[in-house]
Amino acid sequence: MPAEKVFVPPDYQRPTESPPEVAAIPFRQRSAVTEPVWVRTILIVVAVGFVGLFLLLPLVFVFVQAFSMGFGEYFEQLSEPYAQSAIRLTLLVTAIAVPANLVFGIAASWAIAKFEFKGKAFLITLIDLPFSVSPVIAGLVYVLLFGAQGYFGPWLEANDIQIIFAVPGIVLATIFVTFPFVARELIPLMQEQGTGDEEAALSLGASGFKTFLFVTLPNVKWALLYGVLLCNARAMGEFGAVSVLSGRIQGFTNTMPLQIEAASKEFSRTAEVAAFSMASLLALLALVTLILKTFLEWRYADRLSSSAQAH
Amino acid sequence: MEIRIANVRKEFGRFPALHDVSLNIRSGELIALLGPSGSGKTTLLRLIAGLEHTTVGKIYFGDEDASQKSIQDRNVGFVFQHYALFKHLTIADNIGFGLRVRPRATRPSRKEIRRRASELLDLVQLPGLDRRLPRQLSGGQRQRVALARALAIEPRVLLLDEPFGALDAQVRRDLRRWLRELHDKTGHTTVFVTHDQEEALELADRVVVMSQGRIEQVGGADDIYDAPASPFVFSFIGESSSLPILVRDGEAFFEDERVSLPVRDCEAGPSRLFIRPHDIDVVADGGGTFSGNVTMVRRNGGGRRVELAIGSGGHRVEIEVPAEVAPAIGSTISIRPRRWRVYADAAPTGPVTTAAAMKAAEPSRAVAAE
Repeated sequence: MPAEKVFVPPDYQRPTESPPEVAAIPFRQRSAVTEPVWVRTILIVVAVGFVGLFLLLPLVFVFVQAFSMGFGEYFEQLSEPYAQSAIRLTLLVTAIAVPANLVFGIAASWAIAKFEFKGKAFLITLIDLPFSVSPVIAGLVYVLLFGAQGYFGPWLEANDIQIIFAVPGIVLATIFVTFPFVARELIPLMQEQGTGDEEAALSLGASGFKTFLFVTLPNVKWALLYGVLLCNARAMGEFGAVSVLSGRIQGFTNTMPLQIEAASKEFSRTAEVAAFSMASLLALLALVTLILKTFLEWRYADRLSSSAQAH
Repeated sequence: MEIRIANVRKEFGRFPALHDVSLNIRSGELIALLGPSGSGKTTLLRLIAGLEHTTVGKIYFGDEDASQKSIQDRNVGFVFQHYALFKHLTIADNIGFGLRVRPRATRPSRKEIRRRASELLDLVQLPGLDRRLPRQLSGGQRQRVALARALAIEPRVLLLDEPFGALDAQVRRDLRRWLRELHDKTGHTTVFVTHDQEEALELADRVVVMSQGRIEQVGGADDIYDAPASPFVFSFIGESSSLPILVRDGEAFFEDERVSLPVRDCEAGPSRLFIRPHDIDVVADGGGTFSGNVTMVRRNGGGRRVELAIGSGGHRVEIEVPAEVAPAIGSTISIRPRRWRVYADAAPTGPVTTAAAMKAAEPSRAVAAE
């Protein structure tokens, strides 16, 4: 540039930090997909307000009500025999339903992701069935099958097997409702991973079982844990299908959600505390699940991106 | 280990991927299965490995019928295009995997496995990487680890499925040379699949050219290049142009006009003449076999490529001329093939008629002016 004589005031300082181009960018310049401030504010207020009103407030209310007669009454209500029995039953049902779905989920996703067979699309649709069928209807179907007037009713009665209005019925209902959780998590991941790693393991002489143990399982472990977690939360909280099949005998076939409902129907102060104290346990479970889920998503995302890099 | 593939047919559902394929692979040989996608080359490799089983036919390892054996029992080293390293295992554990999963009776000790892994890492020239994870390695390094892992089980045969397909050109060339050296050092019977003819011709002792589930030709680089067994091989390997001709009474006709092409040994009937761009001479004064109009001229490395439209059908023929020659678009050029092959139309994959190499009458090339 040719040197030009320009008048420079004596107190003029050269700009040292920001080059002139940066300073020249207009103040309101923004990316094309960024909304104006007022739109953003409204959207955030609506979303946060909605979450607060419909999710957070009831959650807080559950705990406020549970502790409304003090900590003593809270633990008193939880140690009532009916409450204890409901907690034990829920734990028992979950302890059966979750491992059952774990086995089923792995088997189904393995079959769907790793090889071709007739009726595969049908199986995928079937796995999603519990999502689309009302749990109450699922419960009723089991009643029709195993109830006294049902198809297998007379045979079951003759052999002295009680399914409906007993623990097996509750377990059946819970398994039905939680059916898709593990499989749904594993299928997309396994499909994406394909069979390359398994073929490599087999070519190196590994048996099918060792291939599964050393190669397939480590590849899906985070997704598996995530599925189990969701399955667990749902198994403990299921109401509809279980309520149809359980018969609601307090102390025998009432799970925690059923016990909450039973207590909430009695119009007394203590019953209310009983209902909310039980509800607070389920709410707590939900919170723990949420925290673990967030943690897993964080870990799992890391795993996924690293496996993507490996290809 | 000698491998014999005897009349193998493979169908997926009702779709035949291989028709009656037979091939003998000599012990210690480095052989390439070359073909376009869908030619069945990968299927053949997977059949040898035992990742698939033949619909009809047998595969022998030496004298032993391996057709019904599982992949674990065949003891083959398989290297995948995308490496298929176990992401959650270190490099040493990846290489030692095949030894670690052996039944207790034949499994070496942990220490021995570790020793073997580091020995193999030295062999593939990646010493000291045992504790790394696969994602910390580059593509070329991963493929070498995959090879070390395959070698760890002391395989009878080494099978590689497009081993360099996922790598960039420079790494590919390096690894190619390196694989050849490794093969010469270890002496494994090695079969690799590729769609890259340069890779196949440069690396392999023999090349198996495949198309549509059939073997078109088996031979060394010279056989494949100089004596293609079928029009497919001629057009697939190297560059080529072709013209429809008619062979009658030992003479060749192009668009009903007699052309001066000695085709005495060729089968009579409608045929196709195949020529390569660098086997064509340009003849001055219109005295060539064919003449055509220049439709395109482009610089191609050391020479120049000229595209001609020949005859009333406008058949496209590409020729190579020195860089100094730059014919104008639309000008007419007369050409004479120096080397060519004629294949009868009736049996496109059938026996091939002989073609003679002909010395060009005029050694100097010239461009006919319009």
